[in-house]
Amino acid sequence: MATTPKPGARAASLRRRRIFSSLTVNGILALICLLWTLPTIGLLVSSFRTREDIATSGWWTVLPHREWVQTEEQAIPDDLDRTQAMTINGVTATFEEFRSGVTTDDGKKLVWVGNRRTGVMQIQEQQWDTKANFNLKNYENVLTGKEYTVVSADGSARNEQGDDMSGAFLNSLVVTVPATLIPILIAAFAAYGFAWMRFRGRKVMFAMVVALLVVPLQVALIPILRDYTSLGINGTFLAVWLAHTGFGLPLATYLLYNYISQLPRDILESAFIDGASPFTIFTRLVLPLSVPALASFAIFQFLWVWNDYLIALIFLGGQQNAQVLTMRLAEIVGSRGQDWHLLTAGAFITMLLPLVVFFSLQRFFVRGLMAGSVKG
Amino acid sequence: MKTTTEVNIPGSTTSSEVSLPRMLVGLVILGITGVVFWLGFRFLRDSTAPQLITALIAIIWGVGGVAALFTGANMLVESFSGDWQRRIQPYVFVGPAVAMLSWFLFIPTLRTLWQSFFDASSTRFVGLDNYVATFTDRQMLLSFRNNLIWLVIGTGACVVLGLLIAVLADRSKFETLAKALIFMPMAISFVGAGVIFRFIYAAAPAGEPQIGLLNSIVVGMGGKPQTWLQWSQPWNNMFLIIVLIWMQTGFAMVIFSAALKSVPDDLLEAARIDGATEIDIFLKIIIPYIKGTIITVTTTIAIFTLKIFDVVQVMTGGQFGTDVVATQFFRQFFVSRNFGYGSAIAIVLFIAVLPVMIYNLRQLRNQEAF
Repeated sequence: MATTPKPGARAASLRRRRIFSSLTVNGILALICLLWTLPTIGLLVSSFRTREDIATSGWWTVLPHREWVQTEEQAIPDDLDRTQAMTINGVTATFEEFRSGVTTDDGKKLVWVGNRRTGVMQIQEQQWDTKANFNLKNYENVLTGKEYTVVSADGSARNEQGDDMSGAFLNSLVVTVPATLIPILIAAFAAYGFAWMRFRGRKVMFAMVVALLVVPLQVALIPILRDYTSLGINGTFLAVWLAHTGFGLPLATYLLYNYISQLPRDILESAFIDGASPFTIFTRLVLPLSVPALASFAIFQFLWVWNDYLIALIFLGGQQNAQVLTMRLAEIVGSRGQDWHLLTAGAFITMLLPLVVFFSLQRFFVRGLMAGSVKG
Repeated sequence: MKTTTEVNIPGSTTSSEVSLPRMLVGLVILGITGVVFWLGFRFLRDSTAPQLITALIAIIWGVGGVAALFTGANMLVESFSGDWQRRIQPYVFVGPAVAMLSWFLFIPTLRTLWQSFFDASSTRFVGLDNYVATFTDRQMLLSFRNNLIWLVIGTGACVVLGLLIAVLADRSKFETLAKALIFMPMAISFVGAGVIFRFIYAAAPAGEPQIGLLNSIVVGMGGKPQTWLQWSQPWNNMFLIIVLIWMQTGFAMVIFSAALKSVPDDLLEAARIDGATEIDIFLKIIIPYIKGTIITVTTTIAIFTLKIFDVVQVMTGGQFGTDVVATQFFRQFFVSRNFGYGSAIAIVLFIAVLPVMIYNLRQLRNQEAF
C-alpha cells in the first residue's frame, strides 16, 4: 500500500524527466550549431580586422579578454651567471624558463626578451583588452584591380597589386546566369516531351538521362577540351556555359520530368481540346505551373555553377581576365597563402551571393534536393 | 500517362497541307537566330568592350538565343500537316537536350574509354598499359587508399551526424534555426571552405601567438602547435575530410529530417505505450522506416566523395600523401598532358559509379510509365 506512488508524484517525475531530456537535446544541438557556425564566424570577423591584428592575434581576441600587457622593462644585472638558475625580482628560474615567461606571486609575469647576454626583462600584468578595430580596408584591397600602397608599422611604404575580385565577381555572374537559365529552358522542353508526348526512342532517350545522372564529369573533360580547341572557343564564356549546360542537363531534366509528369492531366487535356498547340500549352500552361520546380532547380544549378572550380579551371584556365571568383581565390591561396587579411576578405566575397540566395530561397532549395537524387 | 497521345490535336484530321506562311516565319526566325548567334559569338570572342557591357550582351545573347531557337523550330514544325507535326514535334522538344547530353556526356564517355587504350599523345595503341600503370603506380595506389578513407569515413560521418542532428532537431524548439545553420555550408564553395579551414589549421612556430583556432586550443591545453595538413600520414587526410563533413552533413540532415516527419505518429505512440525506450524506437522503428532514404543519401555522398577534387587541390594540392583519384586525373590531364593515362583514371572513376547507375536504371524499368 505505502509503496505505490501517488499519481501526482509520478506525473511530476515524468515531467522532470521530460524537461531534463529536452535540456539535453537542446544543449547538444546548440553545441553542434556553435561548432558548425564557428568556422564561418571566424572568417567573417577576421575579414574586417587589420592586417597586423590578424597576423599577430586570433580572431577571438576581438572579444574582451585578459591579456598580458607590458608595464615596465628592467635591465638584467651584468654579474648574473646566465647559464644557471637566476633570481630576479624574487623569482628563481633558468634562462629558458624566463624566456617563455615566469609568473610571480603577485600575479605579474617576467619575460626575458632578447638573447642570453644582452636581453632585458619585461614585467607584464594582466589587463582587460579587446582587439576590436574593424575596417573595410581588406575588402578594398582585394576588390580593386589597381595597385595600392601598404604602409608597414615602421613607416615604410610599398605598392601591392590588387586581386581584382570585383572583376572576378562580374565574371562569375556572367558565367552563372546563362549557365543556370539555358539548361533550365532546354530541360523544361525535354521534360515536357518525355512526360506528355509519345514517340519512338522515348524510353531509350530517357534511360540515357537517368544513366548520365551519376557519370563523373572527369570522364568527359578530355574529349570536350579537344572539341573546344578545334572550335576555337577554349577560354571563352561560351565554352563554360555549354559545359555547365551539358553537365547540368541530366539532373535538370530528371527533376523537371518528375514534376511535370505529375501535373493534373485534365488541365492539359482541356487545353488540347480548346485547340492549343503543344508549344502554346507548354509556354502558357506548363511553364507557369512548374515555377516551384524550375525555381528549385535554378537555385541548385546557381549554387553549383557559382561554386564550381574544376570546370572553370579547365575551360577558362589560361584567361587571366576571364577568371571567376573560385579561381581567383584559389590563386591567392597558392601565391600568398599566409596573407590572411586578403584570404578572409576574398573568401567572404565568394560566399556573399550564394549565402544571400540560400537564406532567402532556402525553402525552394530544400525541395529541389528532396526531388533529385544524385548529380554527376 | 499511357494514353496521352490519344488526345486529339485539332486539325490533325482535316488539314493535310503545309502552311506556307508559318513555315516561312519559322525559317526566318531560325535564320535570324543563326546569324545573330554567329555575330554574337564573334563579338564575344574578340570583344574589348567593358566587362559589364559584354556581360549583359552575353546573358541576353545566350538565353535569348536558346529561346529563339525553340520558338523558330516550333513555328517550322507547326507549319506541317497534323500527322507530320505530331511525329516531329516531340523531337523538337527533347532533341536539344538529347543532343547536348550526347555531346557532353554520352559520346565523351565512349571517346575517353577509347583513348584510355592509347599513349600520352593519343597516337599509339598501348592496350591495357594505362590500366596496368593505374593499378601499379605507387602514387595512384596511395590515391585509391585515400579515396577509400574519404569514402568510408567521410560518407559514414556525414550520414551518422546528419541522422543524429535530424533527430535532435526534430525534438528541439529551435529546429528551423538549427537546421539553417547546419545546412548553410552547402551554399559555400569548396574553395571558400578550403580557405576557412586552412585558417582554422594555421600554425605559427611554438612561442608565437597562434592565429589558427585549432592550434590555439592545443597550445592553450599545453600542447605543441602542429602543421595539421602535413601531420602524420595518413591521418592528415582526416583534416581534409572534416571539410567535407562540415559541408555535406547539412545535406544528409535536411533529407533525413523530412523522412523523419513522414514516420507516422501513432506508430511511435503505440511503441511508447508498449514501454519501448527512445533508443529502441529509434533503432527498431525509425531506422527501418527510413531505410530507403538512408540508402539514397549514402549513395549520393559516396559518389560525391569518389569525385572529391576542390578541397584537396586548394588545401594541399595533393602533397603530403593526400592525393586522391580526381587530383591525380587533373595532374595527368592538365599538367603532364598524358591523355591516355588521364583517360584510364577517369574510366576507373566511371567504373566505380557503374553499380549505382545500373541500380538507377533498374528502378526506372520498374516504374509504370516505362
